[in-house]
Amino acid sequence: MTAPILPNSFTTGPDERGHFGIYGGRYVAETLMPLILELQAAYEAAKADPAFAAELSNLSNHYAGRPSKLYFAEGLTRHLGGARIFFKREDLNHTGSHKINNCLGQILLARRMGKTRIIAETGAGQHGVASATVSARFGFPCVVYMGATDVERQKPNVFRMKLLGAEVKPVTAGNATLKDAMNEALRDWVTNVEDTYYLIGTAAGPHPYPEMVRDFQSVIGKEARAQMLEQEGRLPDLVIAAVGGGSNAIGIFHPFLDDASVEIVGVEAGGHGLDGDEHCASMNAGRPGVLHGNRTYLLQDADGQILEGHSVSAGLDYPGVGPEHSWLRDTGRVTYVPILDDEALDAFQVCTRTEGIIPALESAHAIAEAIKRAPTMAPDKIIVVNLSGRGDKDIHTVGKLTGLDI
Amino acid sequence: MTETRIDRRFAAVKAEGRPAFVTFLTAGDPDPATTLALLAALPRAGADIIELGMPFSDPMADGPAVQAAGLRALRGGMTLNKTLDLVREFRKTDDVTPIVLMGYYNPIYSHGSEAFVVDAKAAGVDGLIIVDLPPEADDELCLPALKAGLNFIRLATPTTDDKRLPAVLTNTSGFVYYVSINGITGSAAPDTSRVAEAVDRIKRHTRLPVAVGFGVRTAEQAAAIGAKADGVVVGSAIVQAVADSLDAEGRATAATVPAVEALVGALAVSVRGARRPVAA
Repeated sequence: MTAPILPNSFTTGPDERGHFGIYGGRYVAETLMPLILELQAAYEAAKADPAFAAELSNLSNHYAGRPSKLYFAEGLTRHLGGARIFFKREDLNHTGSHKINNCLGQILLARRMGKTRIIAETGAGQHGVASATVSARFGFPCVVYMGATDVERQKPNVFRMKLLGAEVKPVTAGNATLKDAMNEALRDWVTNVEDTYYLIGTAAGPHPYPEMVRDFQSVIGKEARAQMLEQEGRLPDLVIAAVGGGSNAIGIFHPFLDDASVEIVGVEAGGHGLDGDEHCASMNAGRPGVLHGNRTYLLQDADGQILEGHSVSAGLDYPGVGPEHSWLRDTGRVTYVPILDDEALDAFQVCTRTEGIIPALESAHAIAEAIKRAPTMAPDKIIVVNLSGRGDKDIHTVGKLTGLDI
Repeated sequence: MTETRIDRRFAAVKAEGRPAFVTFLTAGDPDPATTLALLAALPRAGADIIELGMPFSDPMADGPAVQAAGLRALRGGMTLNKTLDLVREFRKTDDVTPIVLMGYYNPIYSHGSEAFVVDAKAAGVDGLIIVDLPPEADDELCLPALKAGLNFIRLATPTTDDKRLPAVLTNTSGFVYYVSINGITGSAAPDTSRVAEAVDRIKRHTRLPVAVGFGVRTAEQAAAIGAKADGVVVGSAIVQAVADSLDAEGRATAATVPAVEALVGALAVSVRGARRPVAA
């Protein structure tokens, strides 16, 4: 494979057809094409409207609790020795994760487009809860598609969604996990084209979703960059985030992409190891393909059939990844590494004990990478970890795997 | 491009003053030998054109019947290469019935588009319907397919308005497949009067035959649609007949081929009679 030509800037994509290099695009059934073109036009108009930005900013501030803090994790730093570690505290947002950033942006867009019904897909339930939350706030009926397997293992989030007035539809098609939930949401959208807005939760799917979700999540990186300059007077040396579909990661990475001195690392779910099938590291162990409207790295067999991923973290359990990450991988701007289930569980416990912060298992993957790297770096170096969500949702999983009674 | 079996077949049925009957089967459901027997049975029962579904793990535009058929085939070890093998085998005994492969892009992308169109043509395939490749992506597969002498059949839908229709039709060949409902395969029944309007609308933009499908399952619907369209597509009902004929372990039985043949035979009578004046 020939090396891609490096761009002058890493922040100009996608092109007008939604491509990041060869990745992205709009691979959808004809029924959806006019809707996606309509969505793109509506998003362009919203971006150009100061009133849209003002309303989103106001809600982010007063409803979601932004800006989130950039916190010096002194306990973890002392425990590890080496580089200083900072957490971007997305876990402190309303609903407990970064997912609210995107949902607020898209619900305002749905209202602007005159849509009257919201659909969403969810794996662990974080995006489902955030979608149900904004739907309640703005008075939309909301249907959340969730794999039947996930419904069973994420009961507290299912109950939260129901409390918020959403209808949770368990998906039994296929293997009954996140990718099947996304298939089912797309089938709903194709059937209800007039009134329905599909609120995709990650920076993947057909154009303009990867761009739009990235834009709404970039508030994380913009804040982190400004906070770092203000608090420390300089940029960090290393930024780390976990990558499932990749929305929290692209959100914190994007504003740092053109800062050449900042090393950027994305952490994929290594599961039980990349030598078997029990992982979800599409960029380390997959190859490019087309699924859910975009070309990107996918876990697939020799025939091009999509494989199920595995991760201890349900939020990283997706066999694909957002197309911009695939492009950043190929250009070499971002390095993507796997972290195993066991390493993430250890990091979960270390963070909890040294910081008094229970991180989501997704975020624990990013912390695990910081735990590996910090001791090898000088004490004047700085690492920023995106703490994308709180871990209360994961206590049952952790209890089961560590043999602790709840 | 040169005339294909699809072009010849549509010309022939037009000369007979009737619509074409297009039937869908999933390749390898529940096993390749059964598919081969079904492929041979379809023309015998009155099918004019065969759409052969290429199983995919994530069939986003398909309803429960076709989803389940694809899963059965994949569990039986079906692959894209084995689908081409089936077509090659079928061509040994039938060199006239057009075969259209229908499915999703990723298995083809994985195989390599350029190699795939050559392999498909050599196997005896006449056309492709790839659900998730809109005209915006024509350079990926549509143009190589046309160059290789395969028809590339595009779906037009109720959401395809007059402004978009020319883009959809530009590189379409063989026929236009009008999706009669907003939805997935085998779901709601189409409203025949609206289908008639849509067929007229598409025909104002193209001289290609227009076949109509998605949700057509009964002889009455097939007849009503056949009265207006150049072709009637039935898929989910046939795939469901296969499913209903299987044993408890999902294996084909002695009833599988006769069940499909009976259903297709009955539907063929309706389609073929669609334009005959009703006796008083």
